[in-house]
Amino acid sequence: MPKVVGLRCRECGAEYELQATHVCEMCFGPLDAVYDEALLKKIVSRSRIENGPKSMWRYRDLLPIEDSVNVVTLGEGYTPLVKADRLGAELGLRNLYLKNDSMNPTNSFKDRVVSVAISWARAHGFETIACASTGNLANAVAAYAARAGLECFVFIPVDLEPAKVAAISVFDPNLVAVRGTYDDVNRLCSQLLESTPWAFCNINIRPFYAEGSKTLTFETAEQLGWKLPEEIIIPIASGCQFVRHRQAVRELMEFGLVHSDRVPAFTGAQALGCAPVYNAFVSDTPDRVLPVKPNTIARSIAIGNPSDGVYVNRIARETGGVVEAVTEEEIVDAMRLLARTEGIFTETAGGVTIGVLAKLARAGRWRGDEVVVAYVTGHGLKTADVLASANGHERRVEIDPTMKSFREKVSI
Amino acid sequence: MAQFRIPGPLRRLSDGQVTVDVEASDLASAIEALDARYPGFRDRLLDESGELRQFVNVYLNDEDVRLGSGLSAKVGDGDEISIIPAVAGGVVL
Repeated sequence: MPKVVGLRCRECGAEYELQATHVCEMCFGPLDAVYDEALLKKIVSRSRIENGPKSMWRYRDLLPIEDSVNVVTLGEGYTPLVKADRLGAELGLRNLYLKNDSMNPTNSFKDRVVSVAISWARAHGFETIACASTGNLANAVAAYAARAGLECFVFIPVDLEPAKVAAISVFDPNLVAVRGTYDDVNRLCSQLLESTPWAFCNINIRPFYAEGSKTLTFETAEQLGWKLPEEIIIPIASGCQFVRHRQAVRELMEFGLVHSDRVPAFTGAQALGCAPVYNAFVSDTPDRVLPVKPNTIARSIAIGNPSDGVYVNRIARETGGVVEAVTEEEIVDAMRLLARTEGIFTETAGGVTIGVLAKLARAGRWRGDEVVVAYVTGHGLKTADVLASANGHERRVEIDPTMKSFREKVSI
Repeated sequence: MAQFRIPGPLRRLSDGQVTVDVEASDLASAIEALDARYPGFRDRLLDESGELRQFVNVYLNDEDVRLGSGLSAKVGDGDEISIIPAVAGGVVL
């Protein structure tokens, strides 16, 4: 019996057959995958999950991929949840955890969504996978398309970080560098959709793709001993994963995986250089997210026209969370702070998340004993260039290969 | 004449037409002209207060009109107006 029964509009409730489409014909609202909940209630259990693979596919019952489908996997998910005592001590938090999603196969959380998207697309007869990307998504799509043996077209802004371009190109996809911002790239792909028989991960197969995000929160709960944290800090680009994490908490409760009815506070993090969701959150009209032209080093989350922005603000308000934003300097400082205290090297987007965490902690948001989890979603080598240009490493010295030179220059 | 490009989900309203030519001086009047020819477009594109719906993106010659002068953007001969659904989008009612 299939567990995914169709698509439903999040706004007007109109229902559609299972297909590669993402907008409601009636109202343009987003479509979500609809599961046979009665069936899921019968099969989902902690023990079934705990006996599953050590990857995000241990949550397969809650993903839109039928049991008969061979999934395209590189072992994504089940990433470390580390207790951050040293960072916590600096910030006055005794129960701070980091979900280190930079440990995924292509070093960002995008492997979760892409593994689901490409598994779905291949099972439904698509031969070409495509995406519009700020880099991490293209990286994941190129790798998983190679793994699956599918044709691949990735569309990126022309000025992407060199490390990201290299990490995409090595998989040999058709790489289309567009002279414009991510929002331009995304618009172009939305237009191409109608004249190509391709599965665009983040567009026409978005209802399935987006579901992969939930596993990050499922794992967090499982790794906390099937408990929910009190607050989760999540970086905001389109807002897509933020919305899915809220859904994940709903499902954890609905299917009896956690025995709590207290929903965590959902807090969003943006860079001030591209903060359309934050701007709306702090305005009188949080339901009106106005687009901006991005200008930030946190390019992987630099979406000026975020599709799910209004949902982010609604969820943050409803759960007692906030949306906060940090400067470019605070982003780099936070990258260094995280590395120095916890041994984790994150990209600029992770700097945004940790920067917001630090800003809120220093402003006295928490008493200190709350369980707070920050999602670190990408690896630092992807954006290493920002460290070279921002105020260099003070503890570096250069010496001659002699004892004398060492004694002169290095104090021990 | 300016030309609307109609996305797949809205072509039922335009009898399957991919492009529709309209005579108008600004975006607001262009939408009125489109609606006069194919009734229903106004409601799909604008909310009760007459603003562009949150989950509808309108591009005038590939520029997001929200980044410019919005509905009062000047429209002239040969301009292309593209209606594109937000990638996920949604409006809080």
